[in-house]
Amino acid sequence: MSNELTTNPVRSFSSLREWLTAPVPTSALQANAQQLRRSWLKLLSNTSAVFGLVVIVLLVLVALFAPYIATHDIGTNDLANRLQRPSWAHYFGTDELGRDIFSRLVFGSRITLYIVTLTAIIAAPIGLIVGTTAGYIGGWVDTALMRIVDIFLAFPSLVLALSFAAALGPGIENAVIAISLAAWPPIARLARAETLTIRSSDYVAAIRLQGASTMRVIAKHVVPMCIPSVVIRITLNMSSIILTAAGLGFLGLGAQPPSPEWGAMLSSGREFMMTSWWLAAVPGCAILLASLAFNLLGDGLRDILDPRNG
Amino acid sequence: MMNDIGGPHVDVSNLSVIFGKGRKRTAVVKKARFHIARGQAYGLIGESGCGKSTILRALAGLIPHYQGSFIFDGQPMTGARDKAFFRRVQMVFQDPYASLHPRKQVYKVLAESLAIHDMDRREERIRDVLAAVGLGPNFMYRYPHELSGGQRQRVAIARALIIEPEVLLLDEPTSALDVSVQAEILNLLKTLRRERNLTYLMVSHDLAVVAHICERVGVMHKGIILEELTADDLRQSRARDSYTQDFLQASVEAVAHNHDKDMQ
Repeated sequence: MSNELTTNPVRSFSSLREWLTAPVPTSALQANAQQLRRSWLKLLSNTSAVFGLVVIVLLVLVALFAPYIATHDIGTNDLANRLQRPSWAHYFGTDELGRDIFSRLVFGSRITLYIVTLTAIIAAPIGLIVGTTAGYIGGWVDTALMRIVDIFLAFPSLVLALSFAAALGPGIENAVIAISLAAWPPIARLARAETLTIRSSDYVAAIRLQGASTMRVIAKHVVPMCIPSVVIRITLNMSSIILTAAGLGFLGLGAQPPSPEWGAMLSSGREFMMTSWWLAAVPGCAILLASLAFNLLGDGLRDILDPRNG
Repeated sequence: MMNDIGGPHVDVSNLSVIFGKGRKRTAVVKKARFHIARGQAYGLIGESGCGKSTILRALAGLIPHYQGSFIFDGQPMTGARDKAFFRRVQMVFQDPYASLHPRKQVYKVLAESLAIHDMDRREERIRDVLAAVGLGPNFMYRYPHELSGGQRQRVAIARALIIEPEVLLLDEPTSALDVSVQAEILNLLKTLRRERNLTYLMVSHDLAVVAHICERVGVMHKGIILEELTADDLRQSRARDSYTQDFLQASVEAVAHNHDKDMQ
């Protein structure tokens, strides 16, 4: 049987299909794979989510293969060719120093994705841990943690990020820290609210009566229930993270000028808006498209992950 | 009843549970007193809101602020329950749709109990317990939403049994199930008790259910255990208290009424 599988690819494909659609899963791996397949099919039936996903996948591919996609060197100035209109030589024209905007945009996608991923990696676990702990343990732990969250929430996020970026000095890493500081409190709030409903459920009472410790209940029973809504929330937040990063870059507190960060590009293009629209319009549209893609994907994820919405 | 050696397995006296303070203070359970010998089944019956589930939750440690004494196998239980207690006393919840974690496969649910109590031969124990509750190994890798109500309750019973407890607290284990499935689960519970010499404390509002499982029954009303009857007394409607008489009468009429409807 296994020989046939290796010699006949068509046959092995159809048996993979059988394995994925078997009515009775015989291993944990198979059950998980089947669950994943069902979610995947559900996502594929949602047009706008697929659009978002395609744009994000393209963005990731562009970032990965930036050196092969870029047509010009983004570091060298070419003052003879400054402020060129979009043409076949320069797809999106050139900027005030004669650098190719398309190439800069391609490399800028790396910075955008870097900021977005790093912020998600920092903010989501912090928000999740703080929120679930506060919600599950309750009492003074809850009060103390949630007041801290309230304080962070009381600041407008851009202003908070701005003040941190100003205090720590401009730069991408500091921008990431600043944005993360503004991004975790809403996630903590969300996780706490979810936890409050989960805490009083029978299955949590049941696992407590099995003798599980508080840590085990939170880590293995409460957190898995909160993860979908946190993933949805952080995906929907991605757009505002991109915008905040771009805003910091625009104000000169994020990535610094030679770096092709989209917000910084937009900022330097602002002076030439009247005469050379493409300097500001191209990075602006890139920010718009990336934010939109994350929003659409977030909506799609909500449809498949959150049972209350579907 | 003759295997009552070394005192009762579960001995509850003067158990009171009070919720709220000041004007909102309500005593949900008032000085409840009963005992169960090892291997016996005791039922608490009464209309909804009479405090019978509260007794169960207080004994299990889900409601920490109760008064009175609970002596389990000769040892008074006070404060928070520890792991050793849960190893010996397990609970089955009313609603099998709510008591299983929606994102955990049957296998994981059962394996976790074993992990908590550091038990060996996990694969084997899981197969055995699933067979004992009448589910095949096919069910190991199912999620709760892929199971029917009866199957879920079987999984919940398997979860309680897998760590080999001595006492099962049953909180209306069949009331969320439809009638034909109810009978299956009740027969399962009866068989399991005989095979494993389990002690049952069962709560229900359904006379037939309690009479089927339990040797002795406490009738509750407004937080008070009015009187204790044997299963035979129940079947013959021999009650002294006037509320109990009414309750039994109403239950019998309801059963008769349903029976008539079924016949038509």
